[in-house]
Amino acid sequence: MKKRTMYFRMVTSSLVRRRSRMVIALLAIVIGATILSGLVTIYYDIPRQMGQEFRAYGANLIIIPSGSERLNDGQIDAAAEFLPDGDTVGVTPYRYETIKINEQPFMIAGTDLAEARKTSPYWFVAGEWPRAGGEALIGQEVAERIRLAEGSGFTVTGTDSKGESISRDFTVSGIVQTGGTEEAFVFTSREDLDELMGDSGRIDVVECSVSASGTELEEIAARIEANVADASSRLVKRVTQSEGAVLTKLQSLIWLVTIIVLLLTMICVATTMMAVVTERRKEIGLKKALGAADRSIVNEFLGEGLLLGVLGGVLGVALGFAFAQTISMHVFVRSISFQPALIPVTLAVSVLITGLACLIPVRRATEVDPAIVLRGE
Amino acid sequence: MNLLELNDISKIYGNVKALNRIDLTVEQGEWLAIMGPSGSGKTTMMNIIGCMDKPTSGTVLLDGINISTENSKSLTAIRRDKIGLIFQQFHLINYLTAVENVMVAQYYHSMPSEKEALEALERVGLLGRAKHLPSQLSGGEQQRVCIARALINYPRLILADEPTGNLDELNENIVLDIFKQLHRDGSTIIVVTHDPEVAEDAQRTVVLEHGLITKIKENERRGLS
Repeated sequence: MKKRTMYFRMVTSSLVRRRSRMVIALLAIVIGATILSGLVTIYYDIPRQMGQEFRAYGANLIIIPSGSERLNDGQIDAAAEFLPDGDTVGVTPYRYETIKINEQPFMIAGTDLAEARKTSPYWFVAGEWPRAGGEALIGQEVAERIRLAEGSGFTVTGTDSKGESISRDFTVSGIVQTGGTEEAFVFTSREDLDELMGDSGRIDVVECSVSASGTELEEIAARIEANVADASSRLVKRVTQSEGAVLTKLQSLIWLVTIIVLLLTMICVATTMMAVVTERRKEIGLKKALGAADRSIVNEFLGEGLLLGVLGGVLGVALGFAFAQTISMHVFVRSISFQPALIPVTLAVSVLITGLACLIPVRRATEVDPAIVLRGE
Repeated sequence: MNLLELNDISKIYGNVKALNRIDLTVEQGEWLAIMGPSGSGKTTMMNIIGCMDKPTSGTVLLDGINISTENSKSLTAIRRDKIGLIFQQFHLINYLTAVENVMVAQYYHSMPSEKEALEALERVGLLGRAKHLPSQLSGGEQQRVCIARALINYPRLILADEPTGNLDELNENIVLDIFKQLHRDGSTIIVVTHDPEVAEDAQRTVVLEHGLITKIKENERRGLS
């Protein structure tokens, strides 16, 4: 029989036949590995999960003209090419014009109302979103100034792009409340506004809502800026910075919890291994009396510890994913994606933590006096 | 030819002289018994002969090597190569089977061989119990496994500490018969015992009291009955 075979037989027999004590150490490692694997899975998935949640706060990227000319649909289509397919929540173009209602000046915005609903989910609309031509949403402030309610009719007057007088009747389908500047606007479809003002296809700003991290957004903005002529792209700092701050804090918290759990695991394993060494002083003394070198004693105890680390790591990977999945389903109501790279990482960390935890107990083991076996203690 | 020579050895712990200027020689193939009351210095002498301790003064020659000046690492190697230890409390590893317990001594010495370990168990009449754990063996059987483990590396000296101290009469006789056979085969044996009957089977009995050899007796049975 090879020495290595006997070594594995001794190490595995010690674990299998003395499982009551070792189960405590194994449990500690499994818990540590589960928390590590689970929380790191969440750590990597949080930007994706939270990105979806943050989209409720509105657009995080805008495209505006870089020169004096307004944007057109061709530029918008070109810019949309640089937005990620699955992660783009909405792309909403706006055309702004000045009009009068009851001789009072207001801003009217012509937009893609279906897209606006996606990019601005935080808008509270009392009534309905416009469904047909001639319908408009009016801001709360507009409604109060000219005393309009849902279903009321009003006439928009002004001058078109050629300087000619215009006039058109609209019906209020709903009143927008946002707590922001939107309450001073009238919103209608681009088609209605183009028809009213002439010079169709002109766009002043495009609001984009994209589920991506701050860095990814900056890259997207840079690509649009570089590739779309006469268009400039910027991040909505108010949204992206608060997203980034929240994510950074969450991820720091996850690291902190993970490190604390790993330290606790190490302490638990070290304590258990110390108890094991104390419990097995006679056995260690016997082995030394039989001629075992300190290196052999170290190898045997480290072997037991590392085998526990591997076992705990394997169980931790599986349980960690289940743990992360459960948290994700309860908190985000979405499933989480498995990170294959976490298998070697969890195993390596489990083995490392166990190895470190065994250092002091193993050193203590080598200090056992072989004469203990003759003293009948 | 002397296998072991203790020349003027003393061992002092604080103010206590555990051994006081002891001189003793043991010949190759001799069976020696060491007797004495508790605190007489028997265990201290066993530790020194078994390379687990060093004398405060004096020299100990084992198989021509002065073990009183060797460092701990060398003493471990000497113990592994030249000494077979048998204990009163057997000291088997409880999670290994009988044959694995024998193989452990081979593992630390050279190369484990299950075949040789089984042959050693056969010599002590335990071949049928080779796959049993210590908890499944009687005291006498555990002691025989301990003897098989001590013999497996063909040691120059067998050092037994109260080998029958925990055994009933039947098992005591079985163990002593094995010792007699080993002696006939030429093994050098040193047995520490309280039991005069066990000491009588040795060729010589050395009596220790207060760290001094007070008596050396040649036995009538001379270890060959």
